[in-house]
Amino acid sequence: HFTTMPAREIAESCLDLLNMELVACYARQQHEKADQAGRRIEAIGYQVGQQLVERFTKERPRFGDHLEVIKFICKDFWAEVFKKQVDNLKTNHRGVFVLQDNRFRWLTRISVDLPVEKGGITTALTSAPTTPKPDSANGQLASKAAAASNQHLFLPCGLIRGALTNLGVTCIVTAEVSALPSCSFTVRIKQ
Amino acid sequence: MPPVLRPGDAAFANVEKVNAELFTLTYGAIVRQLLTDFEDVEEVNKQLDTMGYNIGIRLIDEFLAKANTPKCVDFKETAEVIAKLGFKMFLGVSATVAGWNAEGTECSLVLDDNPLVDFVELPETCQGLSYCNILCGVIRGALEMVAMRTEVKFVRDMLRGDEAYEIRLKLLEQVPEEYP
Repeated sequence: HFTTMPAREIAESCLDLLNMELVACYARQQHEKADQAGRRIEAIGYQVGQQLVERFTKERPRFGDHLEVIKFICKDFWAEVFKKQVDNLKTNHRGVFVLQDNRFRWLTRISVDLPVEKGGITTALTSAPTTPKPDSANGQLASKAAAASNQHLFLPCGLIRGALTNLGVTCIVTAEVSALPSCSFTVRIKQ
Repeated sequence: MPPVLRPGDAAFANVEKVNAELFTLTYGAIVRQLLTDFEDVEEVNKQLDTMGYNIGIRLIDEFLAKANTPKCVDFKETAEVIAKLGFKMFLGVSATVAGWNAEGTECSLVLDDNPLVDFVELPETCQGLSYCNILCGVIRGALEMVAMRTEVKFVRDMLRGDEAYEIRLKLLEQVPEEYP
């Protein structure tokens, strides 16, 4: 059902480098309004998600319910954007879905030792992705890696929210990294 | 007759690829967000150039590792490599080199196809926006990593009604090898 999509491709590293530089760009800009950086990057992802899903679903029959939309995101959308499918989908049957990707493409392709700029976007993390608290010295390194990668999760969170919203599922999307490059996205549907 | 496989095609065949739409739409959304944030076209041009520069200084590593190209002897060869190999390997399109000055220090890269601008139309309010300015930064950054200091800018832009995209490349200084 992707027959209408143009076959055009570009090197994946272009996208990786652009995404990385987007985070760095807003980290440089937002010295005074640190909390805004994440929100702006999320907004960029949201726009892209909306536009992309419109193209992906052009030739498709309408979705029946929320679950059908979520499944489409886990399979087709994920495959197209992140080059694999979601590994595990859980729900509490009350509007919360957890999408687990054991090898999230965008985290396997970024380097974790990116310089985290002081006063930059690290403080903005609470708005979308959440960082687990380290409880050991070992955990400190892990949390540093998680913090660096979390900055890169605003974009995919926005992307997923944009796609879902465009398909009629109004929601909030957050992300959590426990062990790189595994990542889980939580979708909370707004009733 | 089978098509001749040029070096650029081989390089492009060897890299991991992704749906160009995803990239194009992301770039478009970034430009739009920058326009909202900075409210000044010149400042956005500058931001795009800086982003490109930071990308270029990283991108050169992958290029040198995968393009399989012998060391360029001069700026003329370098320009050809960017046009035929660099553009092709990363964006899937190639450029032509034209308009050399007598000293061989200035030339143009001409593109008539450019994946950055698929689905893009500039509104009236964006006069003066060099939409693809990130490309200038990328070239400048990448060249600096191989010891060439350059000035790179768009002189023709199809989004502004020109017949092609033309990027003017000016070699300012060729720094000795030990430069970082």
